[in-house]
Amino acid sequence: MDTAIEVRDLVIERGKRTVLHGFSCTIPRGSVTGLLGPSGSGKTTLMRAIVGVQIVKSGSITVFGEPAGSASLRRRMGYLTQAPSVYADLTVRENARYFAALHGLGAAEADQAVADVGLKQAAGQLVATLSGGQRSRASLACAIIGEPDLLVLDEPTVGQDPVLRDELWKRFQEMASNGATLLVSSHVMDEAARCERLLLIREGRLIADDTPAAVRASAGTDDLDEAFLRLIRAQEVAA
Amino acid sequence: MNPQILAATTGRILRQLRHDRRTIALMLLVPVVLLTLLYFMFDDQPQIFDRIALVMLGVFPFIIMFLVTSIAMLRERTTGTLERLLTTPLGKVDLLFGYGIAFGLAAAVQAAVASAVAYWLFGLDTQGSPALVMLIAVVNAVLGVALGLLCSAFARTEFQAVQFLPVVAFPQIMLCGLFVARDQMVGWLEAISDVLPLSYAVEALQEVGVHSDPTGTMWRDLAIVAGAVIVALVLAAATLRRRTA
Repeated sequence: MDTAIEVRDLVIERGKRTVLHGFSCTIPRGSVTGLLGPSGSGKTTLMRAIVGVQIVKSGSITVFGEPAGSASLRRRMGYLTQAPSVYADLTVRENARYFAALHGLGAAEADQAVADVGLKQAAGQLVATLSGGQRSRASLACAIIGEPDLLVLDEPTVGQDPVLRDELWKRFQEMASNGATLLVSSHVMDEAARCERLLLIREGRLIADDTPAAVRASAGTDDLDEAFLRLIRAQEVAA
Repeated sequence: MNPQILAATTGRILRQLRHDRRTIALMLLVPVVLLTLLYFMFDDQPQIFDRIALVMLGVFPFIIMFLVTSIAMLRERTTGTLERLLTTPLGKVDLLFGYGIAFGLAAAVQAAVASAVAYWLFGLDTQGSPALVMLIAVVNAVLGVALGLLCSAFARTEFQAVQFLPVVAFPQIMLCGLFVARDQMVGWLEAISDVLPLSYAVEALQEVGVHSDPTGTMWRDLAIVAGAVIVALVLAAATLRRRTA
């Protein structure tokens, strides 16, 4: 397995609370890895650490062989924050073209990304006038411009209708097959089945790191929801 | 610093401004309305109008750009766009200079409109050139931008951000020599006035008021204000952390 991201003994504190307790995992290159867990489990904190905006207490994160947050990595990475982070007083197209320009890319790549998230018709609309779901997609468009080598997407499909969700997941898988590494967080289990690998995180600890099939097999059920419940209970018994 | 990224950022900030027609209207009209009030207040005392209007031409851009910038930068912080920008190749300096250039340009338009009204409509009389007045006004505006960028780091909400205006701007306006000549202040007040950048901006404007050619004092004052801009920008850059808790 060719490794894109390697996290070793990561400890992160936010305020007085320890969010990640010596967290370790590896994320393979050219695949979609799902990061699943209840809200407050540390998914966003782990993603912030991987993109290099989180203060880390101890441990290491290596992305493509370099320490997370290195200047050279910023050219190869797209990050979608959980709350849409686009300029409400610009149009969708203006937002996309600005983020494209930051990566040295042009209008064509920006417009392609806007089309990819199904906002072609709304490209000239101010983000402030979009619906919640459209606004999330505008934010997603700004992350996927030019198919970066690493995409860290914090709940990209929340609030989207089933058809769009399906299209977005197909697009993610297509980007992975083109060689990109995607880390996608979700708290919806039906999305887990679409990932090549799963990381299940609960209260800042890794509970499972495997393929969906292996997670089902080890828990002895075909239902991923049920599988996760069983893994969590098994761990509680062990602890 | 990357020229393409700086240009894209400046363009983005100007585009945001362009979509906000009401802010543009307020930026251009408010100084004109205030100058009109001033004109009629000192209807029969044109010398007093000349003295105050000249200083006001430099103070408006400072106040307005301070407010606009501190809110704009606070929005970058609170809406998550700043966090996202810091995961891209954008450098801190690209962002700070982008704001400085974009709002500096906006201030130049504002100063041109206000000066045109003051000189042509209300007969403002200065010995020196209106172009120098506009130059000082733009440097003042950039000072407002730089202090706004810095102060936004200390505000969590827009309510807090607007309250930095009385903290940062009012003492400077009170002690800049407009109300009481600086050399007639009590020693300790004059000492405070000596370290406030707006005092030098106002002195530079007063130099333009009474001398037909730019004086050495005026250039020195302008250099001091520009130096204050650099200091504020460096401090603002220090408050922009890529990694946060």
